[in-house]
Formats: sequence, structure tokens, C-alpha cells
Amino acid sequence: MHHSQVSEHATTTGIDHRKMLIWVFLGSECMFFGSLLATYLIYYGQSLPGTPTPGEILDIPTTSVSTFVLLMSSLMMVLAYSSISRGNVRNFRIWILCTALLGSTFLGFQIFEFTEFAREGLTPKTNLFGTTFFTLTGFHGAHVTVGVIWLLSLFGYSFKGDLTKDGGVNVDLIALYWHFVDVVWIVIFTVVYLIGITNAVHNAHG
Amino acid sequence: MASIAGALRRPTSPTGLWRWMTTVDHKKIGVLYGVSSFLFFLFGGLEALIMRVQLARAGHDIVSPEVFSQLFTMHALTMIFLGVMPLSAAFFNLMVPLMIGARDVAFPRLNAFSYWVFLFGAIVLQSGWLLGGSPNVGWFAYAPLTSSSFSPGNGMEFYIVGLGILGISSVAAALNFIVTIINMRAPGMSLMRMPVFIWMTLITSFLLITAFPVITVGLIELYFDRTFGMNFFNSAAGADVVLWQHLFWVFGHPEVYILILPAMGIVSEVLPTFSRKPLFGYPVVVLSGITIGFMGWAVWSHHMFTVGLGPIANSVFAITTMSIAVPTAVKIFNWIATMWGGSISLKTPMLFAIGFIAMFVIGGLSGVMHSVAPADAQQQDTYFVVAHLHYVLFGGSIFAIFSGIYYWFPKASGRMLNDRIGQINFWLVTIGFNLAFFPMHFLGLDGMPRRQYTYQSEMGWDLWNLVSTTGSLILAIGILVFLHNFFRSLRHGEIAGNDPWDGRTLEWSISSPPPEYNFATIPTVHGRDAFWEEKYGHDGMNVPASVEASNATEEGHHGIHMPSPSYMPMIAAIGLSVAGYGLIYHFAASVVGACITLVAIFGWAMEPPAEPTE
Repeated sequence: MHHSQVSEHATTTGIDHRKMLIWVFLGSECMFFGSLLATYLIYYGQSLPGTPTPGEILDIPTTSVSTFVLLMSSLMMVLAYSSISRGNVRNFRIWILCTALLGSTFLGFQIFEFTEFAREGLTPKTNLFGTTFFTLTGFHGAHVTVGVIWLLSLFGYSFKGDLTKDGGVNVDLIALYWHFVDVVWIVIFTVVYLIGITNAVHNAHG
Repeated sequence: MASIAGALRRPTSPTGLWRWMTTVDHKKIGVLYGVSSFLFFLFGGLEALIMRVQLARAGHDIVSPEVFSQLFTMHALTMIFLGVMPLSAAFFNLMVPLMIGARDVAFPRLNAFSYWVFLFGAIVLQSGWLLGGSPNVGWFAYAPLTSSSFSPGNGMEFYIVGLGILGISSVAAALNFIVTIINMRAPGMSLMRMPVFIWMTLITSFLLITAFPVITVGLIELYFDRTFGMNFFNSAAGADVVLWQHLFWVFGHPEVYILILPAMGIVSEVLPTFSRKPLFGYPVVVLSGITIGFMGWAVWSHHMFTVGLGPIANSVFAITTMSIAVPTAVKIFNWIATMWGGSISLKTPMLFAIGFIAMFVIGGLSGVMHSVAPADAQQQDTYFVVAHLHYVLFGGSIFAIFSGIYYWFPKASGRMLNDRIGQINFWLVTIGFNLAFFPMHFLGLDGMPRRQYTYQSEMGWDLWNLVSTTGSLILAIGILVFLHNFFRSLRHGEIAGNDPWDGRTLEWSISSPPPEYNFATIPTVHGRDAFWEEKYGHDGMNVPASVEASNATEEGHHGIHMPSPSYMPMIAAIGLSVAGYGLIYHFAASVVGACITLVAIFGWAMEPPAEPTE
């Protein structure tokens, strides 16, 4: 079995198949989030007058904290990968649990945010802002959820199998996915939250 | 978890049906793709024949307007998503590893997963016929006709869930082929030494992974509107229903190239082989393919010239559409130049390839007519468009697919398809096809609208409609002749041998059908048309060398470990379709389906690459 592993590594480019797969897959995901974001932007400011607007609903301080939490989870992910590539499984387990924990905290923030918005009168059915906002951020949340399940699966697997083989490529895959989901959130936070609020402030003054 | 994994231990050498259901061998998966998509192709053809019989005479009432609407919608969906795309996938599966000198694709189980997801997605899409009505809004499904008030019932749900699942299959397969082609080429096969078919597969795969997420988002938005009362396409809430058209055609136009680029790849292999000349201007053909792939993203609004996007948008898209004809025409001239001065052998694959060029030129020319926005305003929604799209999709894609079947059947089965019956097959299909679709140009210019279940005799469309229906019946006979040839040749066909056509590419260097591991020793490639050079030397003047030597050693397979079969891909796909039906009927089933898929994925990740044999 070890021999077949070695021969599998003789790829044309020298890059592991799985790693190339995840890169191309993330390219595909860019189109997915790009389309959701395009829908949001096309409908930005198009909601019927008198319905909730981003400026009234979005809560920048709270979401800044959850954004910080998600960014820190990426740092934990880096530490987890660094541990496994140095063969330190014990530290890897600590860092990967931290990553999953911070990811779950982000999801907790999102659930809190969604229920809070619903209480303030914004649901997916309310207006175009509600429809596009919940769909875009909801699908991001679904991606974080998949990531958390994946992280915990690897945590469990670390007791059973050997994650250090092939330079820790199994951890590298989730790391790439996790950072991607993180970057998508940075785009969403910038476009939906920061720009949304800036425009609201601008309109209030002008 | 562990007990489930234990019960479904990786099978080592299953037999009979299980052998096919658990296979991860790219050649078997290719056959599965080919057989199932050809069955769907026949089904889509049957839908077309019913419509043609209905339209044979003015005022016919073979089918009701309601059924007719379902027929034209499902005919398009069947032919595009269950016919041409998976038939292309069959060739990708069968030929890509053989042509790049690999033993399998990069992810054999993912490959099996793609097939089963395709099959179950196709069943979900088609099950509307039995479960209360198929979608009836056209394959483009424009909002707001698709909203729950205008399209009650489950028809649209079969469309949404079916296409969603098929998208997962296409993206998974495309990811696999991208990694396979970039990462598993034989030593020496640089990108510019790859066969053109491999290039077109690569470009098509990139189009698939970028185009399908866009339609997926459109489908999700439509589903949310219908199921949860959201507002994506609800103009009462200020929504713009043209958003659907943009999302659909941003996907839909690259999709057109997803359908035609593999066909261009096939004829780029067939023409040089039967002209005994290298492909004329190989780098230009490759670059034209890449250019088409990029420009395919910049022409989508030519489907929307009459929507009212304004003169600027219409002009821009008219110009980009006219420009995309340039790389396409470049390819056509290259194919013609390939034949020029060659010693042409008019076997059936070659006939279909030449037929492809001729038919595709006609379809391309009417396409350039459509790109003129004011002219398109006249042609929009008439039979002229039906004529155009069938000349590129049938005259283009299907002709090339037949060419590919006749060309590669010997490699896949070990036997030749009968050439005499093949010639009859070709002429019946060609005559029938032209009789069926050429008159539609006249009907369209005369104003006959598409998607109408009947017409009045006073309109003067009776004659050409009758001609068209007659042509479609001749075409159907041509397809039956093919089926006869196929089944006859499977048993009684002439034994093919390794290299029946004096081929140019690596797949002809191994036995027919190839052994499970394809290449006993991975070949080293020294140039384009690697096998031809091996046989005849670089300038084509050398005495044929003994090429069998490299492959003759059957003992060579000792020590080649191929991945074992697996249940997991099929189980994961079953979970997806259960989840899909859950989205239509009850969310509880979705949860169950998602759990099945999750368990299968865990089983997949945990099972060893091969069951230990010692």
C-alpha cells in the first residue's frame, strides 16, 4: 500500500491530485458566491419604500466581533496545519478544536443575528433586501457548517488514522476550504455590511 | 457507523450486475454513461416525433396543448442534459485516460459518483411524467411564468431539483477531468502535444465548473420563491424578472459551447486519421477552442435582443456574437485544410465528420444572421431559430457523436461496427435530418411561431410541415439502422485488433478492448500524434517499427494495483436523490437523504484504496 501511495504522487505537475481538485472546486465556488452577490447588488436599494433597509437593520459592532472570530479561526487553522506538517498531532488536535469552536461561535452569532433581525421585522419574505440578504449570508453559513463538520471529522480521525502522511495533505485541503470561506465572508462583510451602512449614513447627511 | 462500513466492506471482485454498480473503472463508467444517455436520447427523440406528428397537418389534435408544452420543454431538457452532455461524458470517460497514457482518472470513485448522480438526477427530472406533470414552461423557464401562481403543481420542482442534481454530477465530473488532464499525462506529453480532443475536454470542463454554479443559484432562487414565498422574481416586491433571464443565459450560452466543444474535439481526431495527415494548424485549433471558451461568456444577451435592454447593450452583444464566429470559422478552415491533399478514406466515422462540417456551417451561418439584432427581432420565437439550433446541436454535436461512436466503438468493444450498414445509417440520418429541419428556415421566415401546438391551414404552412415530419421519420429510421448495427456488431462484428484505422493517438497502441490497467508500461511521448510517430517516425517516412513490443508483455500487469470497486459512490448518489425528492414532497426525506449521503461520504473517506489481497 505504501508503494502505491508513492506512485500516486508522480503527477505531471508535482501537485497532489486532491490539492488541485480543491483549488479548482474553490474556483467553481467563486462563481456560486459571485452569482449570489450579484443578485444582492442588483437588488440593492430596490426594496419597496417603507420596508426595512440595511442601514436600519444591520448591526456593525456585533458583526465586527463575529467577523473577528472567524478571522481568528483562520489563524487557528494555520496553526493546526503547521502542527500537523511538523508531525505534532497533539498540538494539531488543540488547534483544530479551536478552529471548529471559533467557527461554531461565528455560526452562533449568525443565528443570533438572524433571530434579532426577524424580531426587528426583517424576514426572507419581507422585501428584496431580506430575500437577498438571508440567502447570501445563509449559504455562507451553510458552508461554515460543512467546514465545522469536516474539522470535527478530522479531529476524530486523528485518533484513528495517520494525518501526517503525504505532508498532511488532508489537513491542507480543509485549510484551503476554510480560508476560502473566510475570504468570502470578508467580501460579504465589506459589500453588504460596510458599504450598506456607508450609503445609509451618506444618504442621511445628504 | 463502523458496523455500516463493515457490512459494506469494499467489494473485491463482484460479479454480474454488482460488477457494474460498484465499478470505478473509467471504461466501464464510460459504457454506463453511453448506454444510459443513448436511451435518454431515444426517449427525447420519441418526444420530438410525437410533436412532429402533431404538426404534420394543420389542426391536428394528437396531443393537447398542455401535453405539447410539456413535450417541447422535456424534449429540450432531455436532449441537452440527458442526451448530448452525458454522451460527451461517455467519450471523456472512455477516451481521456487512454489518450493521455494514464491508467484511470484522478478520482475513480468520484467518477462513479458523477455517473450515479447523473442517472438519479435524470430519473428525478423525468419522473414528472408519472408524478402529475412535467415542466411546461420551456427549458429556459422564464420568470414570472415559473412562479407558483402561474405554474402550480410540482412540474417546476422536477425541473429545479432535477437540474440541480444533474449540475452536481457535471461539476464533479468536470473537476475530475481537469485534474486528470493537468496531472496525469504520460511523460513527454506537454500541453501542446495533447490530442485536440483532450484540449476540448479540458476547456469544456472549465466551462462546466464555472457555468453550472450560476444556474444553480438561479434554481435556488426560484425554489425559494416558490417554496418559501421569497421575492427574487416577485415584481410586486420590486423585483426585476429579467434577472432570471440573465442568470439563465449567463449559464445557457457557455452551455452551448459545453455541447459543441467535445464534438469539435471528436472531429479533430477523426479527420486527420482518415486523411492520413496531421491536423492542419494544431496550435491555431487549440487557441481557437480557448478563445471560444472565453468569448462564450461574453455573448449571453444575444438570447435577449427583444427584451429591451437598449441599443447599447444590444450593439455590444451583437458585436461580440459576430466576433465569436471568427475562431469557429478558423476551426472549420483548419478541418478543411486537414483533408486537403490527404489520402481520404470515406469510412463511416469520416462521413459523419464531414457531415458535421457541412451541417455545422449551415447552422453557424444562420447563427450569424441571429447576431444581427434587428434581424433577430424578426426571427425571435419562430421556427427559424428551431432550424438554427438543430443544425448546430444535431447537425453539429450529434453528427460528431456518431462519428465518435463509429471511430471508437472498436476500441471499446474489440469489434468493428459494420461499415456498409454505417453508410446506410449516415445517409438516412443526413437526408432525414435535412428534410426535417431545412424547411423550418422557410417556415420561420414565413412567421410560424415556435412552441405552438398547432396552426391554421390558411397560414400556408402545411406543405413544409409535412415535409419536415416525413424527414423526422426518415431520421428515426436512420437511428434504428444504427441500433441494428450496434447490436449486430457487438456479437458478429469483425474483430478490430489494436489499431483498425491506422490511428495517430495513444489509445490505438493498446489492445481492444483495453486491459483494466490500460497500459502495461506507461508510454513516453515524443511528439504530437504520439502513436503515429512511433509507427512511422517524425517525418512519416520511416519503415513501420514494431510497435507491439511496448505493449505485448501481458506479464507486465503484475504489480499494477487498480482501485477496488466501491458501493459508496452509488449510495451517496441515492442519498442525494432521496434528498431531492424531499425538497419536492417533504423536508423530512431531505434530512434522511442528506444523512445517507453523509454516511456514504464518511465510508468513502475511510475505506482503503484497495481491499488487501494477501
